[in-house]
Amino acid sequence: MSDNGSLGIVETQTARLFTAEAPLVLASGAVLGPVDVAFETYGALAPARDNAVFICHALTGDAHAAGYHRGAKRPGWWDNLIGPGKPLDTDRFFVICANLLGGCQGTTGPSSTDPGTGRGYGLDFPLLDMTDFVTVHQALLTHLGIDRLLAALGGSLGGMQVLEWALRFPEQVSNAAIVAASSRLTAQNIAFSAVARRAIMDDPDFNDGRYIERGKVPRLGLRTARMMAHITYMSEDAFSEKFGRTPHPERDKPGFGIDFAVESYLDHQGRAFLDRFDALSYLYLSRVMDYFDPFSRPQATAGIAEHPVNFLVSSFDTDWRFGTEHSRRIVKHLEHARQPVSFREIPSSWGHDSFLLPVQRYHDTLRGWFSRALREGLR
Amino acid sequence: MSLRPDLDLIAHLTPNSTRVLDLGCGDGALLHHLMLEHDCTGTGVEIDPEKVLAAITAGVPVMELDLDSELDLFAAGSYDTVVLSRTIQTIRRPEVVLREMARIGGRLIVSVPNFGLLQHRLMLLRGRMPMSRELPYSWYDTPNLRFTTLVDLEDLFAKLGLVIDQRINLSLTGEPLGKRLRAANLRAGAAVYVLSQG
Repeated sequence: MSDNGSLGIVETQTARLFTAEAPLVLASGAVLGPVDVAFETYGALAPARDNAVFICHALTGDAHAAGYHRGAKRPGWWDNLIGPGKPLDTDRFFVICANLLGGCQGTTGPSSTDPGTGRGYGLDFPLLDMTDFVTVHQALLTHLGIDRLLAALGGSLGGMQVLEWALRFPEQVSNAAIVAASSRLTAQNIAFSAVARRAIMDDPDFNDGRYIERGKVPRLGLRTARMMAHITYMSEDAFSEKFGRTPHPERDKPGFGIDFAVESYLDHQGRAFLDRFDALSYLYLSRVMDYFDPFSRPQATAGIAEHPVNFLVSSFDTDWRFGTEHSRRIVKHLEHARQPVSFREIPSSWGHDSFLLPVQRYHDTLRGWFSRALREGLR
Repeated sequence: MSLRPDLDLIAHLTPNSTRVLDLGCGDGALLHHLMLEHDCTGTGVEIDPEKVLAAITAGVPVMELDLDSELDLFAAGSYDTVVLSRTIQTIRRPEVVLREMARIGGRLIVSVPNFGLLQHRLMLLRGRMPMSRELPYSWYDTPNLRFTTLVDLEDLFAKLGLVIDQRINLSLTGEPLGKRLRAANLRAGAAVYVLSQG
């Protein structure tokens, strides 16, 4: 067994899961069709179909979690976790990752074409709810011939989707791992998202969401949104360690350009984001997080009381976006609902981003937890 | 896997099919045994990272929390039994923890090394800090912060309104010394208490 096993070449597939005739009905009552979903799978489904693990991605993630696309230099975003011999061992588990509804990486979203008008949905795309993500991914499971998941795993927004899935459909999820997530954004969390959205919508090129027809996307707004969000993904220590006050190598004299290394880094992050993300998706997906508050629902935990789910909730001590207090809140609700729940606060200097990094104690925990899940099987 | 004798004793004191919270659960051996052999459900609390990992891998739900300050996470009356096994001497605020235990569970099981054992007293008389099988550490590297004799501990139980339903005196090697042991405070190396709220 190798610790560095790679999946090698992988491909994103697309499935049409809802059509205009048989549309997706959203939590709001709105209907949407057709709906295509981009997904990847790794490993082999066991004959008993009892080793499936669903990966829920974060705000700006996509279906390409592991392995390499043909010709690509960089692997999928969670390649350090998923692969042969890795903590989520594809020699033993069948792993599925799909792009979110409302996304822009192959799954239907606000920049997809509205069959009713023949142009992009724009702001006519319906508002989404966390449960809509689950509904669509359940349809994908049906498409793949899988009734039940051995586990669902996600970080940040992905963890929130895992929580939603477990609370709504506990009989479908035997084990749920929720990393660096929240069950209720704070005013500060919402405030950061509000500024990001404002940056996008106030960009003159946003054009009330009709930018694709105009052939000019709101680059400045999206870039600023990403730069600011990125600050919240890292700890102050991580910034200090990575950049300190190092001047940018091309600075000759002080001014208002890119004078410091950290400015160059953020500028790069902002620009790189433009190549892979859509401004409307940013609005829609971040809004879903703002409204997510599952434990405020009446009978929120009635389902898991009936069908307990094995939970793992984990936070990172330097995460100030969704810090340990967010995880502890989730743990408290689950504990009061008498669920088998394990909780860890992992030391890591990298802040919120830690959930994407190969932090030893974190990966050891997931490895142990997944092995146990496989040993115990579906419940 | 055979259970450590003191944990085995606690397992025998725990009714089948009940809900158990084990504070300072270590690698989860007691809970694992109770879940497997006694149809219990439960949760452990542990602060040592390696032990937390061992418990998770063994399939025991475990929370990485500080007993001294984070037990408010558990709901009142949410467990049948709350266990504090060889841990009370390592916590900063034993009184607060015992109060929290009483809030969380109906029945408490507390095991404790006895500082008042004759052998310990003799060492002090000779001018040395007590060391034994129950107190195996030197003064400078011990995880133990609070030293109590059985008599002192029972005063605290009384102050907190905790009634002693059962006390099992143990020798230094962990064997039960019999219910009618006289002068237990001199002769027991450790004791296991079963407590309820009067």
